[in-house]
Amino acid sequence: MIALGIVPLVGTSYLYEAILTPFLALALAGLGLNLLTGYAGLLSLGSAAFMAVGAYAAFNLSLRLPILPLPVTIFAAGLVAALAGVIGGLPALRLRGFYLAVSTLAVQFFVAWALNRIGWLSNDSPSGIVTAPRLVVAGISFEDARGRYLFSLAVVALLTFAAWRLVRSPTGRDLVAIRDHETAARITGVRVARTKLLAFGLSSFIVGVAGVLWAFAYLRTLEPAGFNLDRSFQILFIVIIGGLGTLRGAFLGAGFIVVLPLILARLGAAILGDGFDSGTLEMCQRIVLGILIVAVLIREPAGLTALLDRAVGRLRGRAA
Amino acid sequence: MNPDFAFLVEVIVGGLLSGVMYALVAIGFVLIYKTSGVLNFAQGAMVLFAALTFVSLLERGLPFVGALAATLAVMVVLGLAVERAVLRPLVNQPPITLFMATLGVSYVIEGAAQLAWGTQVHGLDLGIDDTPFEIGGVLVSRFDLFAAGVAGLMVAALTAFFRYTHTGLAFRAVADDPFAALNAGLRLPRIWSAVWIAAGLVALVAGLLWGARLGVQFSLSLVVLKALPVLVLGGFDSIAGAILAGLIVGAVEKLSEVYLGPFIGGGIEGWIAYVAALAFLLVRPSGLLGLRSVERV
Repeated sequence: MIALGIVPLVGTSYLYEAILTPFLALALAGLGLNLLTGYAGLLSLGSAAFMAVGAYAAFNLSLRLPILPLPVTIFAAGLVAALAGVIGGLPALRLRGFYLAVSTLAVQFFVAWALNRIGWLSNDSPSGIVTAPRLVVAGISFEDARGRYLFSLAVVALLTFAAWRLVRSPTGRDLVAIRDHETAARITGVRVARTKLLAFGLSSFIVGVAGVLWAFAYLRTLEPAGFNLDRSFQILFIVIIGGLGTLRGAFLGAGFIVVLPLILARLGAAILGDGFDSGTLEMCQRIVLGILIVAVLIREPAGLTALLDRAVGRLRGRAA
Repeated sequence: MNPDFAFLVEVIVGGLLSGVMYALVAIGFVLIYKTSGVLNFAQGAMVLFAALTFVSLLERGLPFVGALAATLAVMVVLGLAVERAVLRPLVNQPPITLFMATLGVSYVIEGAAQLAWGTQVHGLDLGIDDTPFEIGGVLVSRFDLFAAGVAGLMVAALTAFFRYTHTGLAFRAVADDPFAALNAGLRLPRIWSAVWIAAGLVALVAGLLWGARLGVQFSLSLVVLKALPVLVLGGFDSIAGAILAGLIVGAVEKLSEVYLGPFIGGGIEGWIAYVAALAFLLVRPSGLLGLRSVERV
């Protein structure tokens, strides 16, 4: 499972910059959301807000406490996002399903509003757009395309391992118990309210760190508009398309969501030629992406993971 | 009348009337959720599609009635197509999968609408001038009143339909217990098709009114975000709840904008409705009308 994160270390800087680094950041965000939605069965549409909280927390920490080493800053930013997650998860104590999902939209819109309104958060930059600090750990710079990729890879590998341990721990089983049958979980001694908030906290920690990677390693700038509702939906797509309740799913889904638009853009440019304006191309991409999402869901509602498992099973069956 | 009080009344009335517009979108959601358990995120895209089609036909010289009829036909086809191509193969899938599918559908509809009709902003004039007039010292927008009237008519029509027609009875049976309905010989696919058509028609009405208000453009599909807190407050499955919640959300939004906005900064209408809906549910978890508690702990 972790082997999926290991990508050949040869490649052009375009590959690192435009594909692998955003892939890792989004896969990590998907992983975080999958803990919440796939394992604990709690639906959230506020992932982008938690990414934003993580990213802006890391930015402010490195700006105002430059003495902290970067890993500590990122960890602390994750904690801030986790706190935001616990607060945003409070409605989960009383609401379920779509009622909860819509409630998390409150977080989404509130964070966007706060980032635009409170200038202090973006160091009073008039546009709200700020440059991310340099990626330097213990004197080693990770500034070039490959370095930023490796940095992201290290963070993602670490957190994926932690998540892998988590879902196999008693806490992980508590999450699944709540998803599958809340009343039964309660009877068997799972502290439901506490575990739900814990799920929100853990998930938001990972999503927040993903936000740091997205801003620091991929875009190298922070702007509130980058963490809008579309991003939240994108992350939810990653989880659903990849497969709910599987750690691999987040990576497969992120691959689908990141690589597909690139292929579509290339294809579109190749087929339609340069005569088409970018607006038309964008619309076509949107349509094709929508159709593909629907097609995957119809073909394999359990996600790409199930598709992959079946394919592997079939191959094994043939070999035997 | 005390001018401060008159102003307060004016704010509340304005809020209530814009709340009617929210309820208009929310009703489209309710229709589909009630009968098939699908939270149809594409409702906003359908609103955009209807408005864009109508205004584009109008601009191409069709008369008002002709454009309306053509758009009506298009919306019927669209509703049928979505139900047949997307929802029917996904029957019995978990609600989250269905929701994701409708998100995919909304991409397709938004893309197609703008591909076909362009991305520029269109003005839409329904022939109602938006001059405010005075009732007892309170200024009221003529257009808002008209919109409220249309919404009222639509709700009355829907209510009558549900209460007095055979299909309406079938709708209610399916909403109540799909298995029992199936057992009684009702054909579920036919009912789902009908309900998607109905949602398409509601989207048309909402699209025309919202389009006249905001101009017909992409952001029209974002009216779903206005409808969602209304749904949480009123319940996903209650038309009466949607209307009541729409009124409350509209009033709360305007009141907080006017009286709270100066203290914490403008632009709070993006999230205040959600917070208000949540606060209300914390006090009364069974929701506005106390209908059911399936989705609530």
